[in-house]
Amino acid sequence: MGIESLDRLAPGRAEFDVAEVATSDAGLRQVLHGLPGVDQVGVQERVAGLATRSVKKDSKLRALDLAIRMVDLTTLEGADTPGKVTAMCAKARHPDLADPPAPPVAAVCVYPDLVPVARAGVAGSDVAVASVATAFPSGRASLAVKLADVRDAVSAGADEVDMVIDRGAFLAGRYGQVYAEIRAVREACGPAHLKVILETGELATLDNVSRASWLAMMAGADFIKTSTGKVTPAATPAVALVMLAAVRDFELTAGRRVGVKVAGGIRTAKDAIRYLVLVNETAGPAWLTPRLFRIGASTLLNDLLMQRTKQRTGRYSGPDYFTVD
Amino acid sequence: MPDRANGDRPQTRLGVRKTYKLFIGGAFPRSESGRSYPVHSPGGDLLAFAAKASRKDLRDAVVAARGAFAGWSGATAYNRGQVLYRVAELMEGRAAQFAAEVKAAEGLRRGPADAVVAAAIDRWVWYAGWSDKVAQVAGAANPVAGPYFNFSVPEPTGVVAVLAPAESSLLGLVSVLAPAIVTGNTAVVVASEHRPLPSVTLAEVLATSDVPPGVVNVLTGIRAELAPVAAAHMDVNALDVTGAPLGERGALQVAAACNLKRVYADHERWDEPPGTRRLLSPLEIKTVWHPAGI
Repeated sequence: MGIESLDRLAPGRAEFDVAEVATSDAGLRQVLHGLPGVDQVGVQERVAGLATRSVKKDSKLRALDLAIRMVDLTTLEGADTPGKVTAMCAKARHPDLADPPAPPVAAVCVYPDLVPVARAGVAGSDVAVASVATAFPSGRASLAVKLADVRDAVSAGADEVDMVIDRGAFLAGRYGQVYAEIRAVREACGPAHLKVILETGELATLDNVSRASWLAMMAGADFIKTSTGKVTPAATPAVALVMLAAVRDFELTAGRRVGVKVAGGIRTAKDAIRYLVLVNETAGPAWLTPRLFRIGASTLLNDLLMQRTKQRTGRYSGPDYFTVD
Repeated sequence: MPDRANGDRPQTRLGVRKTYKLFIGGAFPRSESGRSYPVHSPGGDLLAFAAKASRKDLRDAVVAARGAFAGWSGATAYNRGQVLYRVAELMEGRAAQFAAEVKAAEGLRRGPADAVVAAAIDRWVWYAGWSDKVAQVAGAANPVAGPYFNFSVPEPTGVVAVLAPAESSLLGLVSVLAPAIVTGNTAVVVASEHRPLPSVTLAEVLATSDVPPGVVNVLTGIRAELAPVAAAHMDVNALDVTGAPLGERGALQVAAACNLKRVYADHERWDEPPGTRRLLSPLEIKTVWHPAGI
């Protein structure tokens, strides 16, 4: 079966009560393993087919500007300095002062201790501050430590929290533990948006990606996110397709729209536009907004800007004309 | 039972014809556009179809050349000389193939074709020798009024777009390519439009030598299509318009002014014994001060 028919087979359309099944591993297993299987070959074929879509001229220009508005400009290095974060915030607000200027990106994404710096850097603009938390990127810490990490980030001014799930627990079948952790982090977030990182590169199969997506959405995620960017493979179109199908089906079932964030390994404007095509064709045009689709990236932004310059001037641009970070 | 694998009996073989492709970043892709165009001998015989590079192929080639620049310009001059000399060795090994292709492309007889190939190889060797000599010729130790050493040294400028001479299939190409890369630049070459086939064989030589991928990128196709894009490309640092007719050069120079490219439109002819003007064209002069007596 192709991924397209998944909505017809979506589990039960509220035939189960989330609060009830979530009380036990067995209940969650029944729901998650009851999801229709993902046809891996079908997904690959669908992705390859959609990758051939051609987006040109004015459409391309609009796609580029939309992609820029969807970027979570990210720096997650041990060597991050306040200066680097401040410079990145300046770029997030004004990526390119061409005529007309490029739109600002959606958010900047940093480690929790740099949230105050980022907060100050984007003050007075619509750019949000996202912070990774919960012992990013491995997630190997006690729940108390993870929650403290989250509260730290939120109290420092983070608008969005990117948490990682406990992949070890998920792969061991302890779905209840993963669910409870996401619930707890959801509460600790308060008003902040919660993005749940599935780290699909460690989940081994697309079926697991689908299950983890549902688990996170049932537990209250505002966004489901592919990867930390620290594991290879990171975001792939196939994984994105499965997750987009999951958010589409979840809306049909639970009536709530959850966003998708792809992160890691997306470096070219061409790749970014391919993801936009995937979004449009899988989840639907309603998801083509920064509120529901994000691209976590650092080097991608420069390529988007270069392509934008090319579309506007007719001349190929080069990395000499854009900031390095 | 006859042994079919045994070649002792004359058999009619199916022709194994060569696919002439582009050379970008060390790989041999077809044109991204999927286009090709027929290449004829001066006598009008169809020789082959060559890939017809598109603007995007040129863009990809510039990206590859930019990526290769740090490594190639950072290599020691001695090392670059050795690498380029090895290219000459491999060209020598393929001399017969080059001669046959030049003969077909330019309508020459055997003797003159051999002479052209020999001249091309000799010229490559001549330029290879310049790698560790150019600093002595173009650089200087400047006398200054203070306790400092003051040096001016030539540095490669970056990515050079080269329009190879239209009339020559191999010697012309070598005459414009070798001087561009020997000093540490990386190159995107648009081969002769009507005589492009030997350039693909030269690319095969480069691919199997020690020249790092991306240092030389060879595009075959329509010059009038590619040259303006190369001239206007903001990530190309120098342009050699040797292959463009005089009437086209003005427009190319105007387009090249957008990012102040160094343009070589000099009258040093490629078909005469080379001097150093072409070699010195895509270079920047860096001057450094160093305290003396410490």
